[in-house]
Amino acid sequence: MLRAPAFLAAVTLALAACEPAPEGGAPQPDFIAEGRPLSLDDWGQIARRGDRLALGEAVTAYDLNTALFSDHALKLRTVWIPDGAGPAQYHERAVFEFPVGTVITKTFFYPAAPGGFDHVSDEGALGDHFDGAALDLNGVRLIETRVLARRASGWEALPYLWNEAQTEAVLARTGAILDLTLISAAAPARGFPYAVPDVNQCAACHITDARDGAVRPIGPAARHLNRDFAYAHGPANQLAHWTETGLLDGAPEPEAAPRAARWDGELTLTGAALDAAARAYLDINCAHCHSRTGPARTSGLYLEPWEPDGPNLGRCKPPIAAGRGTGGRLHSIVPGDSAQSIFVYRMETERVSAMMPELGRSVTDPAGTALIAAWIDAMAGGCG
Amino acid sequence: MTMLTRILPALAGALALAACGGQPEGRDTSDFDRDYQAVLHEALLDAQPGDVIEIPAGRFAFERGLSLSGVSGVTIRGAGMDETILSFAGQRQGAEGLLVSNSDNFTIENLAVEDTAGDAIKITGADGVVIRGVRVEWTRGPSAENGAYGLYPVLSRNVLIEDSVAIGASDAGIYVGQSETIIVRNNRAEYNVAGIEIENSNNADVYGNVAVNNTGGILVFNMPNLPRPGSGTRVFDNDVHENNTANFGHRGTPVANVPAGTGILINANDDVEIFNNRLRNNRTAHVIISSGYSSGFSDLGVSDDFDPYPERIHVHSNSYEGGGNNPDNMELQALRIMKFGPTGRLPPVFWDGYVNPNRLVDGALPDALRICVTDADVLNADGPNGYADPQVGREAFDCAHEPRPAVVLD
Repeated sequence: MLRAPAFLAAVTLALAACEPAPEGGAPQPDFIAEGRPLSLDDWGQIARRGDRLALGEAVTAYDLNTALFSDHALKLRTVWIPDGAGPAQYHERAVFEFPVGTVITKTFFYPAAPGGFDHVSDEGALGDHFDGAALDLNGVRLIETRVLARRASGWEALPYLWNEAQTEAVLARTGAILDLTLISAAAPARGFPYAVPDVNQCAACHITDARDGAVRPIGPAARHLNRDFAYAHGPANQLAHWTETGLLDGAPEPEAAPRAARWDGELTLTGAALDAAARAYLDINCAHCHSRTGPARTSGLYLEPWEPDGPNLGRCKPPIAAGRGTGGRLHSIVPGDSAQSIFVYRMETERVSAMMPELGRSVTDPAGTALIAAWIDAMAGGCG
Repeated sequence: MTMLTRILPALAGALALAACGGQPEGRDTSDFDRDYQAVLHEALLDAQPGDVIEIPAGRFAFERGLSLSGVSGVTIRGAGMDETILSFAGQRQGAEGLLVSNSDNFTIENLAVEDTAGDAIKITGADGVVIRGVRVEWTRGPSAENGAYGLYPVLSRNVLIEDSVAIGASDAGIYVGQSETIIVRNNRAEYNVAGIEIENSNNADVYGNVAVNNTGGILVFNMPNLPRPGSGTRVFDNDVHENNTANFGHRGTPVANVPAGTGILINANDDVEIFNNRLRNNRTAHVIISSGYSSGFSDLGVSDDFDPYPERIHVHSNSYEGGGNNPDNMELQALRIMKFGPTGRLPPVFWDGYVNPNRLVDGALPDALRICVTDADVLNADGPNGYADPQVGREAFDCAHEPRPAVVLD
């Protein structure tokens, strides 16, 4: 395993060898140019300090307007670009172009629920646990941290699984299935298999352009980032903050940048707000595959936010290769009739052979499903 | 598109979703090896270009889908389709048993994949695919509980599927989609909804196969809303018989509209040559030639560039035996009795009757676009006129097209 620079490696190793020190300094981020570091600590992006999961020095946390549903897990996202590597390049539609050396992490965690270590809650938000500098680990179950590292050869995806002691996350290239129990105010307690992806499954979502087969981040695009974030020093627009701190170059003023709807689960939307929320949900949950260049282009169903209405957006579209994923329904979307729309069946079902997305969830997203159902029910027409 | 009549849905209507009630159990895997899955899983994650991953003889259980991504020249090789068995009966994650993406020159051979939750082996975006001596099977037999596709290369080039077996798929046993330069030969497909299906693909040869006891034996399909319209397929020297299994496809899937008792079906595809096949005892029709108008699409759900008409079709030199005696459709059954008597048979070839009015020259299709059938009577169902006046004849189909060239893999 090669590291650069060498003195940072020594620091990292020293930190990794210790029990987490309550008063330890901020983790020192490191870009590891080759190999597969066995511990998340090696990357220095986030690390346990006492009862907190602290951001590394100069590591920036961020959030998305509307996020991918992952079995109700909450997520802490970070980005770091080494000194001198240069800023990421802004694009209006595409994910930003990050320089070699960039490290992005996403930590999946749950609020703990009564009943034991494997009991987790479906409630809350990042802000309940994160103060802008660190994640308070009291009442939190850490699950996994996924690392995307921009190496010379391209992005590499590495999943790390948090240990039972919650002190360290270790490389889990083959992923894992964790049997958890979901505690919800809205439904009885239920067991579910939380799936940590293997590295090839990481690629299954992150190869968003099958023409070059390259792994890319999905979230760090202008429309997803264009929102305020509660930094330690106070709230600020993320695009502006990234520009100010040298993470990003070429971005316009936030008002001039695209912005996906920020949807946090409200189900009383109508009209343009409903449409915007539904398209934002489909964008971040589906369009990494369902685009004209993505792995699901085989289906002819394209869900990027700029896809015009019509059969390729699902309107009255017959399925191509859905198998039992049709749920016995004839069209992807039957305007005005969500109960006859394949979209809704695929979101409701928990059968691995029929559900969408294919990876990344085991349980239904009830709010997301209700949102898409409301969106379809508000459409006029039917399919004739 | 204008008015869409729905003959295929109507044909299949009575028996769709027939597979209900008590499901038979599949293979008991309680004594399968559960440790090996981690070994193969890691081998696939660690695969380097050119690697040969050998799987020993044995019976192995998997609970997660396997995948290979972005590594060229990999071979996965077992010790035989009855010796090396990978069972996914207990699968908890993954829409396929094995998903291979962006990996050129991929070979899989001499093993079996059983009882996957969804598709068995999906290979997407590859230049160079060899599937040889592979068995994919849902061991409980035909059932709506089964996964959709068995052997499933898609968006690929230079595809060879040979000496393989597909049993029990709730869509197609062997399915090549949105691909080009394809050879499917010497395989056996049975008890699938569709035995072998070539969809939105170009330059395919399907020969030497046995398609038996499926709902439909061999299908050459085009679906709308996809970037690639298919054309250019030869189906020859196949044994296609007793494809009379009740349709157990999922409502909404294209194949759920295929009537039981279909031998070979061309739907909305062009430049298809069907010859030297041996067709026996397919109870609806040995050969069906139909348009997109028979597929039950909503006219709102079809992109404007979709060509629904089958054109430049050549059916010749096949042998037909039995069949047409018990069509999977009440109207066709009534027509059979009316025209041919209670013990009579429908003709071997069925055509829904749609031609593209914009292509007509002096009221007739140009020779290059015609549907030519020289080895059997054809039932023209008169679809454009609401099936008012079905006719049986030969003269209208007495023509020929230049033989298609053999497919040569690069």
